[in-house]
Amino acid sequence: MRRLMLSAAIAALSVAAPALAQDTVAITGGRVLTGTSVIENGTVVMRSGRIVSVGTGAAPAGARVIDATGKTVSPGFVAVDSGLGASEVSSVGGSDDQGNSANTISASFDVSYGLDPWSFTLPVARQGGITRAIVVPSHPGGSGGHNHADDSDFAGVGAGGLQSPGLFAGQASIIHLGQGTDILVKPRVAMVAPFGEAGASVAGGARGATFTLFKESLAEVRLYSRNKAAYDRAGLRDLSLSRADLEALIPVAEGRMPLIVTVDRAADILQVLRLGQEEGVRMILDGAAEGWLVAEQIAAANVPVLLNPIMNLPGSFESRAARMENAASLDAAGVIIAIKGNEGSIHRAKETRYNAGNAVSHGLPYASAIAAITTNPARIFGMAGDFGALAPGAAGDVVIWSGDPLEPLSVATAVFVNGVEQSMETRQTLLARRYMTGGTQANGMPVAYGN
Amino acid sequence: MIFDRLRGPSPAVIACVLAGALSLSACATTPDSPDAADGSSSRPDRAALATGLDPASNLNPFPSTYQPLPRQNTAIVGATVFTAAGTKIENGVVIVTDGRIAAVGDASTPVPNGHTVVDGRGRFVTPGIIDVHSHLGVYPSPGVQGMSDGNEATSPNTAQVWAEHSIWPQDPGFNTARAGGITTLHILPGSANLFGGRGVTVRNIPSITMQGMKMPDAPYGLKMACGENPSRVYGGRNQSPATGMGNVAGFRSAFIAARDYKAKWDKWREDGEGSPPTRNLQNETLVGVLDGSIMVQNHCYRADEMAVMIDIANEFGYKIRAFHHAVEAYKLAPTLAREGICAAMWTGWWGFKMEALDAIEENAALVDAQQGSCAVIHSDDAELTQRLNQEVAASVAAGRRLGMNIREEDAIDWITINAARAIGIEDQTGSLEPGKRGDIVIWSANPFSVYARADQVFIDGSLSYDRNNPAYQPTTDFELGQPGFGRTPTVAANTGAR
Repeated sequence: MRRLMLSAAIAALSVAAPALAQDTVAITGGRVLTGTSVIENGTVVMRSGRIVSVGTGAAPAGARVIDATGKTVSPGFVAVDSGLGASEVSSVGGSDDQGNSANTISASFDVSYGLDPWSFTLPVARQGGITRAIVVPSHPGGSGGHNHADDSDFAGVGAGGLQSPGLFAGQASIIHLGQGTDILVKPRVAMVAPFGEAGASVAGGARGATFTLFKESLAEVRLYSRNKAAYDRAGLRDLSLSRADLEALIPVAEGRMPLIVTVDRAADILQVLRLGQEEGVRMILDGAAEGWLVAEQIAAANVPVLLNPIMNLPGSFESRAARMENAASLDAAGVIIAIKGNEGSIHRAKETRYNAGNAVSHGLPYASAIAAITTNPARIFGMAGDFGALAPGAAGDVVIWSGDPLEPLSVATAVFVNGVEQSMETRQTLLARRYMTGGTQANGMPVAYGN
Repeated sequence: MIFDRLRGPSPAVIACVLAGALSLSACATTPDSPDAADGSSSRPDRAALATGLDPASNLNPFPSTYQPLPRQNTAIVGATVFTAAGTKIENGVVIVTDGRIAAVGDASTPVPNGHTVVDGRGRFVTPGIIDVHSHLGVYPSPGVQGMSDGNEATSPNTAQVWAEHSIWPQDPGFNTARAGGITTLHILPGSANLFGGRGVTVRNIPSITMQGMKMPDAPYGLKMACGENPSRVYGGRNQSPATGMGNVAGFRSAFIAARDYKAKWDKWREDGEGSPPTRNLQNETLVGVLDGSIMVQNHCYRADEMAVMIDIANEFGYKIRAFHHAVEAYKLAPTLAREGICAAMWTGWWGFKMEALDAIEENAALVDAQQGSCAVIHSDDAELTQRLNQEVAASVAAGRRLGMNIREEDAIDWITINAARAIGIEDQTGSLEPGKRGDIVIWSANPFSVYARADQVFIDGSLSYDRNNPAYQPTTDFELGQPGFGRTPTVAANTGAR
């Protein structure tokens, strides 16, 4: 019904190659969201891959200056509970390295070895302002997988299509989304274990069994840790965990590696907090759909939460108290929250910013929403100051937006990772341009000849 | 149309003429009408069929009992109005009288006496949002064993099942959808089967029964599904269809059977010889597709498969009303526009299976750019349905990023009037035009903003949701007494929607 109004200039413009890093880059004139404050008409200066200054001064002499007047400048966003780089097409088994189902390689499963810097999911996420991700092994009860109602009868709702027979799903990695051959920032930053319904199903059916299994596992780890020599000469009682899994769990048992615990029900959250205290384990709650009912207790335990703020339906009996105000309520109680993207933050990691916006429209202060996708994830995974903020010394992960980054009408106009400007081209933009003239070329040749 | 030419029209025929688009069988003389035993008929005498054996004897066995909620006449004054009829009116006036849109215009539009004036200043007004692809009620929350009623995945052809018979009206998702501005939904069976069954259009009001939500005079849909789902489900059982070509053979075989069934009824009604055909619910629905009374809602991701489905429709003489999950519609946009087929799409979903690999955010914008097109944004999801306005905004942004000029007053069509067209109710709702149902959303801000919330939702002119008035925030039976019931989460002061 409407005319196709396309400017020829756009097509030419959008194939521009990414600029190589000029050593000093200054982004001037924009509204700067630092992650902790807002600077109007601010100047962000990057050099050698890191941010060197953020303020209101002039650009340094010799810098490549990017005028962001009328635009918003933010830190690159961090996708938490993500499968970026570890899964290409969800239903194609051979393209998914996010989950492992060998029961001798559960806690010891390390996603970092399966990461693919050439994944076509990375540019799409980057176009949505994502520059870092916490890549988490998929696990029962996790948010991975496609919970498309049409498919739900045969895709395995909530299981991410993958089953890990062990209680521990493996270890998470931090990646950056810059172009290149190495996206790994830090491997083995956290262990993953499902509790609640999913954990119960692993342990035998009942929630209580999960806690017994967990305590028994850590007891084995401690026994092994104290008696490695005896273990090696087969002088130790039989242990249910493999040696690799025992080894991987030592940092968890010693409180050095945090444990991402998938848990939604308020009652389960309280038990998980208790378990953390009893076992001396550092917990990160993942999900926490009913968290607002026990916000004070979560805050008192100083346990952070990874959550999706648009979960407001009683999808299961452990999320009957799910509310749109969950994020706001936890934040108000003083809990450190990180906001997730949708469906495992792979293909839809780009929607992280919309989720943050919807949390704002349901009571979360705007500054808290920005923190929940920038500084808080860095803080939760031990990288505070290293990325996630526009502050001197932090990685040069910077996004320039046409407007408020939480608005769907806004788009990223430039993305820097480690100080390097990234291509805005994705497999999807290539398709869109190929078909923007209706599927035919002016010269009569099929569009397949168009690239 | 078949009727007895030697008699005056029977009541059934009158009903048929009034209804207009009813099925062929629907327009036959009903044997249990008084005329049927009339000895003056040229047709040979025969006994009336036993109750329930003639499809024409009761065209509407599960009739709507929908009644609008109590209402008053309303004038919304001072808001920015997206009419979904091509215009954006600043400082507009929308008059709703007796449940219908009475007038839409600028500030000079007179407010009739006796109308309650709603102050719309600083706010936005759109038609009620329509989701053409919903599984609310059939895949309700909680999604637990005993409540999963969306896929009769027992045979590739289950055209005989009707989604309305699986709807649980106590699904809390109806309430959350309404709070997102959804006033009308088309509820479909799932996509495990080539023919999933009939879909039904409902008004989004709380009701004890499905019939109480069912939209009067809305056509049924037939859910058909191409692609990976049927071949995966049945191929996995070592049964046909196991491939795309098996899918097509399945579609064609079913329509051959339906044509045959229709011919038998037609012949029997014509000459009355022999025994009447045995009523067959599966073929009855397919005959409804063949005669145009039931609209094909075809789940189909890939462009090449859409082209095959169009050929099948031509082979058997029916129309496809809409392709759903049409992630590659942009590859076939001129054809879809030429054929008058709507494309119902997502913006952000991609990559979850091979047939979703080429989904692009620009899809709706590219489809919409064609003359005569019908671009629709749908949900298929109890969460996404709450934010279809944002899904449209993301599509608009993607189209603009590609260099397209897209006006918000046009893009609102994708979840209003185009959606109404996709399910055959565009004469009743979907735009703010005089005479249409008073389905209206008042938004706290521009609905293309993530911060906009539906402040008030009117259905047939009745206030059905008010964000600031607990008296208009219904709860389902299921929600009563559940964890957190009756409690309001504590949030920081001075925050919230803009």
